[in-house]
Amino acid sequence: MTHEERQELLESLLAKQGTGTLKPKDRFGIPPQDMPEQDASARRRNVREVALGYTETQARLEAMRCLQCKTAPCVQGCPVRIRIPDFVTAIAQGEYGKALDIIKENSLLSAVCGRVCPQEVQCQETCTVGLKFKDVSKAVSIGRLERFVADLDRNGAATPAVAPATSKKVAVVGSGPGGIVAAADTRRAGHDVTVFEAFHKPGGVMVYGIPEFRLPKAIVHNEIETLKNMGVRIVTNFIVGRTRTIEQLMTEDGFDAVYIGVGAGLPSFMGIEGESLVGVYSANEYLTRANLMRAYDFGSGADTPIAVSRRVAVVGGGNVAMDAARTAVRLGAEKVYLIYRRTEKEMPARVEEVHHAKQEGVEFHLLQSPIRIVGDENSRATAIECLRYELGEPDDSGRRRPVAIAGSEFRIDVDTVIIAIGNQANPLIRQTTPNLEFNRWGNIVVDESCRTSMPGVYAGGDIVLGAATVILAMGQGRIAAAAINSDLADKPQ
Amino acid sequence: MSHRIVGKKELGPDVFWARIEAPWIAKARQPGQFVILSISNDYSERIPLTIAGADPSDDTIELIWQRVGKTTAELADLAEGDEIANISGPLGTPTHIANFAAVVCVGGGIGAAPLLPIATALKDAGNRVVSILGFRSKDRLILEEDFARISDELIVTTDDGSYARKALVTEPLAEVCGRDPKPGHAFIIGPTIMMKFCCDVTRKFDVPTQVSLNTIMIDGTGMCGGCRVEVDGKPKFVCVDGPEFDGHRVNFDLMIKRMNAYKPQERQAHEQYEQHQCKIGLDE
Repeated sequence: MTHEERQELLESLLAKQGTGTLKPKDRFGIPPQDMPEQDASARRRNVREVALGYTETQARLEAMRCLQCKTAPCVQGCPVRIRIPDFVTAIAQGEYGKALDIIKENSLLSAVCGRVCPQEVQCQETCTVGLKFKDVSKAVSIGRLERFVADLDRNGAATPAVAPATSKKVAVVGSGPGGIVAAADTRRAGHDVTVFEAFHKPGGVMVYGIPEFRLPKAIVHNEIETLKNMGVRIVTNFIVGRTRTIEQLMTEDGFDAVYIGVGAGLPSFMGIEGESLVGVYSANEYLTRANLMRAYDFGSGADTPIAVSRRVAVVGGGNVAMDAARTAVRLGAEKVYLIYRRTEKEMPARVEEVHHAKQEGVEFHLLQSPIRIVGDENSRATAIECLRYELGEPDDSGRRRPVAIAGSEFRIDVDTVIIAIGNQANPLIRQTTPNLEFNRWGNIVVDESCRTSMPGVYAGGDIVLGAATVILAMGQGRIAAAAINSDLADKPQ
Repeated sequence: MSHRIVGKKELGPDVFWARIEAPWIAKARQPGQFVILSISNDYSERIPLTIAGADPSDDTIELIWQRVGKTTAELADLAEGDEIANISGPLGTPTHIANFAAVVCVGGGIGAAPLLPIATALKDAGNRVVSILGFRSKDRLILEEDFARISDELIVTTDDGSYARKALVTEPLAEVCGRDPKPGHAFIIGPTIMMKFCCDVTRKFDVPTQVSLNTIMIDGTGMCGGCRVEVDGKPKFVCVDGPEFDGHRVNFDLMIKRMNAYKPQERQAHEQYEQHQCKIGLDE
């Protein structure tokens, strides 16, 4: 569709709506609006954002596809219960400010969530339009619409109002999505809020993990600036557990409440031979070097090196594996293989990320799993040895269990291997907070209000949930903040 | 918050000492712990340096380092009053200090710096402390007086014989381990290759041995895993599981190779930096 055709269609739809003759059939007839993207061959050579965002006409057309279901199944699919039909209607009517205000009632990081939320398994999965077409990819693109209004607001974002000072102090440990939301919500209630970040730069996984081409750093920077404008203090290079313990923050530094949102931390390895060879990375390390430390600018402004790779194998099938593979492409690798032991259907990565990775030339090796990494006399990785698998009976997760095919060993020549099979809980808080209760996986135990076993201490995000998403971490940050605000209101001065 | 350098001197060729403002770290640090610092901006390299000492009363920590790459060169070119953008810590598990009756502490080169607070704490815990310090030559000698003060016996060696005994540290280490009674524990900090050979010696005498590893790191909190070493054939993270390990179980050969992973890039960055500094000198 050309721009003119879209414009024409939109006008005819609006005219029908004006006369009250717009039927669901007309709405079903609107073609789903594709996201404009950087061309795949061009983006292989740059780190700029891949998805360029809807035009105004596209956004309004896409919004017109929404049926305004009374039951709003999309809202049930949203972890933070954004009033989706209402903000989508506002976009259809061209009232973008109103749309954003509606989103902001429930979500603080709309520019982030519009980009990285897995909408296809949340709000869009339950969308009636998608169900009608029996294709979730034909659901209303709620995420793209959220991004559209959030981006319009980027320069003029108003600083949320802050209640009069309560003289209560809140410490937020970790400046990722959960921490940002917890900080904003407790600050809005008038508390004196300090965010502690271990790295030299705030933003957590949004700055060290998720690449620029998926989530531009400028967006995260804006969110942090908003926090600062609200009067939240951000202390970097401060490792809670080491620099000060949680106990010290509460008894010596006068914090009345502490929210722990430190993320998952510790990358898992497979336990196979050769994982400590030179050229073998955890995805965390590879992405941190590339994103946070900008290794792609090594020698021209950035000092952190990264492997100069020709052939890269990424092991795993989640979003982090896709991020690592697509980063390797951009760093100039000639061949990037993605090795996953099940099939594409079982991949935890978002469909969109899988699609983008393929477009960019990442080769998928499915139903294969590494058994060892081979190195040369200098302990540099030279190949990865794999076994082929077939799918057997479903396992506990309901996914069919991959079963190794005996004698199917084969080798792929690679100089770099990136392990992206998830994280274990970071032990730092556990080691230094003896009174806090953890489960057997090392995750902090909380109640439904995100309260931990220690009075005044709350937790959320990956350190509670194991591997989660930005939006789930945000949701918990919000729940914890509500509990903190309510508990502090009851607490005597 | 930046960190002001309040004192700085050159201890020998390419070896530097500085006292730096870092109030929280000065209060919290314990022997065996380290910091990660980056000098100027968000994209400066993050490097780990073991804390050589601290004075909580004036909020400062002491670092000793050798000019070997771009970041350590840049650090060496800072002057008193200059500021370091980022220092985080204290990181790593503190040294387990106990009374082993008698201990031997071996420091090689600038490894003597992180060894000093450990040896001091061991002395305070009631151990008889024998210290062995090894240097390439007389002009690289550091901390001799400090170790003399806290050691029951101090043996100094130089590779070239330009000062004290001409030997590698493994020689007096074998002698000390061969005494009766033998030391209850050995603490060894220095170049990786030195730690490897020292461990060969203490293994022969069956003296439990602690080494302190200084691998490549980024975050220092367990998140990246770049610092991992093989201990008993399994990957361990130097930043959270260490930096101290049972030296008899560490795969030093693999560790040395991992530490050389970025040699070409590091050399390139260092050369670029030094050339740039020379040009600045010419303009003046």
